[in-house]
Amino acid sequence: MLRRAILGFAMCLAATVAVAQEPIRIGEINSYSGMAAFTLPYRNGWTLATEEVNKAGGVLGRKLEVVARDDAARPEDAVRLAAELVTNEKVALLAGTFFSHIGLAVSDYARQHKVLFVASEPLTDALTWEKGHRYAFRLRPSTYMQAAMLAEEAAKLPARRWATVAPNYEYGQSAVAAFKKLLQEKRPDVSFVAEQWPAQGKIDAGATVQAIALARPDAIFNVTFGADLPRFVREGTTRGLFRDRPVVSLLTGEPEYLDPMKDETPEGWIVTGYPWEAIETPEHRAFRDAYRARFNDYPRQGSVVGYVMIKSIAAGIARAGSTDTEKMVDAMGGLKLATPFGPIEFRAIDHQATLGAYVGRTAVRDGKGAMVDWRYADGARYLPDDAAVRAMRPQQ
Amino acid sequence: MDSALATLRLMAAEPSFALAQALTGLASASSLFLVAAGLSIVFGVTRVVNFAHGSFFMVGAYLAVTAIGWLGGGAAGFWGGVVVAVLGVGLLGVLVEVAILRRLYAAPELFQLLATFGVVLVIQDGALFLWGPEDLLGPRAPGLRGAVEIFGQRIPTYDLFLIAVGPVVLVLLWLAFRRTRWGVLVRAATADREMTAALGVDERRLFTGVFALGALLAGLGGALQVPRETANLHMDLNVIAEAFVVVVVGGMGSVVGAYLAALVIGVVHAFGILLFPKLTLVLVFLIMAVVLVIRPAGLLGERGAASRQGAPEAPLRPASARLRWTAAALFAALLALPAVAGGYVLVLAVDVAILALFAASLHLLLGPGGMISFGHAAYFGIGAYGAGLAWKWLAAPMVLGLAVAPLAAGIAGAAFGWLCARASGVYLAMLTLAYAQIAWSVAAQWLAVTGGDNGVLGLWPAPWAASPAAYYYLSLVLCGGGILALRLLVHAPFGQFLRAGRDAPRRAEALGVAVGAQQWLAFIVAGAFAGLAGGLFAYAKGSVFPTYLAIPRSVDGLVMVLLGGVQSLSGPVVGALAYVGLADELARGVALWRLVLGAAIIVLAVAFRRGLAGAVGDAAARP
Amino acid sequence: MTLLAVDGIARSFGATVAVDGVSFGVAAGERVAMIGPNGAGKTTCFNLINGQIAPDRGRVAIDGRDTTGRSPRALQRLGVGRTFQISQVFASLTVRENVQAALVAGQGRALSPWPPLRRREAAAADRLLDQVGLAGEAERGAAALAYGDAKRLELAMVLGQGPRLLLMDEPTAGMGIDERHALMELVSGVVRGRGVGLLFTEHDMDVVFGHADRIVVLHRGRVIAAGTPAAVRADPAVREVYLGAEAPPCA
Ligand SMILES: Nc1ncnc2c1ncn2[C@@H]1O[C@H](COP(=O)(O)OP(=O)(O)OP(=O)(O)O)[C@@H](O)[C@H]1O
Ligand SMILES: [Mg+2]
Repeated sequence: MLRRAILGFAMCLAATVAVAQEPIRIGEINSYSGMAAFTLPYRNGWTLATEEVNKAGGVLGRKLEVVARDDAARPEDAVRLAAELVTNEKVALLAGTFFSHIGLAVSDYARQHKVLFVASEPLTDALTWEKGHRYAFRLRPSTYMQAAMLAEEAAKLPARRWATVAPNYEYGQSAVAAFKKLLQEKRPDVSFVAEQWPAQGKIDAGATVQAIALARPDAIFNVTFGADLPRFVREGTTRGLFRDRPVVSLLTGEPEYLDPMKDETPEGWIVTGYPWEAIETPEHRAFRDAYRARFNDYPRQGSVVGYVMIKSIAAGIARAGSTDTEKMVDAMGGLKLATPFGPIEFRAIDHQATLGAYVGRTAVRDGKGAMVDWRYADGARYLPDDAAVRAMRPQQ
Repeated sequence: MDSALATLRLMAAEPSFALAQALTGLASASSLFLVAAGLSIVFGVTRVVNFAHGSFFMVGAYLAVTAIGWLGGGAAGFWGGVVVAVLGVGLLGVLVEVAILRRLYAAPELFQLLATFGVVLVIQDGALFLWGPEDLLGPRAPGLRGAVEIFGQRIPTYDLFLIAVGPVVLVLLWLAFRRTRWGVLVRAATADREMTAALGVDERRLFTGVFALGALLAGLGGALQVPRETANLHMDLNVIAEAFVVVVVGGMGSVVGAYLAALVIGVVHAFGILLFPKLTLVLVFLIMAVVLVIRPAGLLGERGAASRQGAPEAPLRPASARLRWTAAALFAALLALPAVAGGYVLVLAVDVAILALFAASLHLLLGPGGMISFGHAAYFGIGAYGAGLAWKWLAAPMVLGLAVAPLAAGIAGAAFGWLCARASGVYLAMLTLAYAQIAWSVAAQWLAVTGGDNGVLGLWPAPWAASPAAYYYLSLVLCGGGILALRLLVHAPFGQFLRAGRDAPRRAEALGVAVGAQQWLAFIVAGAFAGLAGGLFAYAKGSVFPTYLAIPRSVDGLVMVLLGGVQSLSGPVVGALAYVGLADELARGVALWRLVLGAAIIVLAVAFRRGLAGAVGDAAARP
Repeated sequence: MTLLAVDGIARSFGATVAVDGVSFGVAAGERVAMIGPNGAGKTTCFNLINGQIAPDRGRVAIDGRDTTGRSPRALQRLGVGRTFQISQVFASLTVRENVQAALVAGQGRALSPWPPLRRREAAAADRLLDQVGLAGEAERGAAALAYGDAKRLELAMVLGQGPRLLLMDEPTAGMGIDERHALMELVSGVVRGRGVGLLFTEHDMDVVFGHADRIVVLHRGRVIAAGTPAAVRADPAVREVYLGAEAPPCA
């Protein structure tokens, strides 16, 4: 209840500039106090993008203004804040959210109240498929897409006996399900011999590692992250679990999760992530330089998400030529734009953006974790065919 | 099941594995024990259940990472850092004891729980402020980085070290309490505070010392976790739940019991992971529930003394003419609200109405019942899930959903109330917390039925109630009606006997009143009304999530009741209003809201135990 | 058939043998005083009779029906009413409500949801309060009562339930001399009028010898003498351990 809109710093960026017109207000909800490690770089990301857009004259001649609220990781608060943003703050659309369930809650609000919602971070497949609807769009590659990127790599390994370890909630469960399905499609000879489901944030790492070792798998698929990951890595390394055993690991290459492990970053894990230091495309270099200049810090995955979210919204509104919800929704479907990761498109068929992720191997460089041998996996390539998508998405 | 059998077969083929797993369990047991021991000692001597114990653990880990960083690598740096962290946390303990707890020793348990929960919030923001949001990985222990092979199984040497630390600490504590003058004094003070004080012993210093010792142990536990995990901002609440379980299972105040319980839980957990990998969360609380049902005071605990109720309540008076008129005027004003206020005010008003009913239902247990329910969100959430699942699986319309909600929660109240029947005071608080956690685990992890974390979505009101004003009226009628019904019940024999049974249970029994049954019914009634609130909440938010039955919501309820005043029937309503209002205020530009909220809770518990309604009542009673 | 028959009950707490094979009876319309020095086991006997605790051995019967180990509630239904040594009243109810509660509980309607307690049996409650001399206190909170008044209130509550057997643990403690006799007169009136059996303990020997038909003397958990006041007064064993040990309390 109390964990509501705490960051009361509604960014009044336009206030200093005398503008004839009202700014376009974007209602942004995120778990600022609950997931500070992700949300601080993320906030920097959207701040940078907003400033850039406004410096270039805004959208439709109007400035952008982000009204941010903290849901404190409680979906019910997020829904109330959505109502507050829409009715009190008169925002043109809603955006943001970190946790899947909160993304879904706000998305459902958006469906019910016919408000555009651009989900930035939540990964759950349901957001654009089973629970997809006209008013919700999602930026990041979903659990399915990232699992597909890793399944592609996993299929190239000789390993046939796999073990999985994933946090016991929707994200972990659907990641494992997608990975299993995709890997077995490519490799019918593969079997899954052990599953571990530690409670999120409470992994009993020693026992979990032992339990996996007991099944003697050839390879391991890991979905744990955050505080669980270093624990799992330390126990696994000490107990020799990773010796001669490839590990395929979701999100582990993101600086948010890689950096805390420092020189203990496991070597050679196949991961999705964001090798910010090494991406030298002009788009990315421009973004990285601007970010560093503005915040004196390097960008994290969250920074990119926040940045691209605002850029997408700006492009969508410009394309719609109006802040009318229906027009904006129509414009978002099929919207194409350039991002630090390269060009993306918000697919008309399921409102999923084709933003990709980087797939590579972990390594220790100068006492820090890094990604090597990476490549950009374009999200467009890791989505099921249209018929399958249509079958999953509620019609009409 | 199949996989459990397969695992058993694998284990039979590799017997040394069971040994390795048992050693792993023992190592976790030692870690658990270090945290639980301090909690248990503090409770045993001061009778305070310290929610902030997990925060000491967290600060211990952070301080150790920082101190080891300062002191540089190597064995001296590492162990020096651990010592610095332990002493630092001890000092923090002294600070908390002198500033806060000292003022609360005579207060009802509830206020102690709340005040220490306030400390948790303050420390959370403090740690975020000091150490930043990122998880901090400390170094491994020098010389204990590797593993040794035991029957072909690799066991980390640090695990072996931890396995040894547990018993060593246990023996040291035993010696400290049995063989030192200080220990003798502490035990004397535990047995009879007044007498010890009369003999000229400064029991305040003793208690400060004991609390510092408890904090020290928590700090040690945290510091020794550094080689195993990152210092992070979620450690406090993660560890406190398990520490509570260990202490309660062991018997509150019994250090040896805590060690036994830690062993049981550590080992059961290690093997439970193998057989039922998805049940890890529930398992721990199931152990606790089973132990407490069989032995209400834990493995080695003594039956707790009767819980402290504080000053007796004033008799209930019939509503005065003034109160009736005020209520009528208020109701009229509320009816007129949609005419003057916009959408968001109505959304807030619906929240206030629902939370007021939730708080009022909790108040029935806390106030008239004299029973601490620390897991009241369970009924709220079960009501919400009742409505949500009826809609999801049976396509039940809203009216039916709103009928299912109180029914489901009432049944849960009956079940939990029955299982809690023999507990009182702190044990009751812990048991209710355990059941709420079990309910939460089921909601969060039973993906196939509840939708897990993603919850139940799309549960919007029926068309006739869909407009903000219509839903507002619906909530107003149902919540207002519920609150009124609760008020009437409290004035009726049912509620008066609940109060009577709380005041003088033996008297009530001798008059032929079944006090236990009365309390059990109160659980059912409170559960049902909380469930109704939950059902309304589900339709208001359009969705149901496991957070509806999580600990923070239970705490919200407690804060609302206490804010309003436990001894006043209008307390919950006033409390809900003030709480939502406070929230709205805080929402505008307070970055460190947990700090502010925590401080507010502490002040409330220390200085304003009669709450807002109590204070207002006092003012009104003056001629 | 005696109203209350106690046969060889015993109870220990750890190493302490509180009651050790006590037998006696109380007939309808009879007033029996149980006396003995502090710690003799009187209260424990009461607790055993009304089911507060269960005996290790022995038998308690009401009207010839075995009630050993039955709950206080079950015994209340059989007509056993009791007051406590440390008076137990409902502190957060008014004095009148305390009596109303007893009356409503006596009707077995403690769970009733409507109407409010304060509107039930108010007249009957006031009559009882008048009887015990608390008429002026009806509106006060019971927590505010003086010690003696709380004892009176307890008596009113128990009388309101129309018991057949009345157990009173030190009913007059905390009262002045005149009040003591007045209260015992009141109780005696009820005993005679309704044929109630009365078992009471008392440290004031004046009250005991003035108001008991029979006396049971307990010492270290055993009955060392029993009989009429005159017989007990003359009993050498009693003189030895009781009256001899402490100077006879004189009024
Ligand atoms: N619940 C209990 N636990 C342990 N010991 C008890 C308990 N109840 C009574 N005792 C012990 O049993 C003995 C008898 O106590 P009891 O209260 O029956 O005496 P009494 O005759 O009523 O004394 P008094 O005149 O002081 O009221 C005492 O030694 C007392 O300490
Ligand atoms: Mg006695």
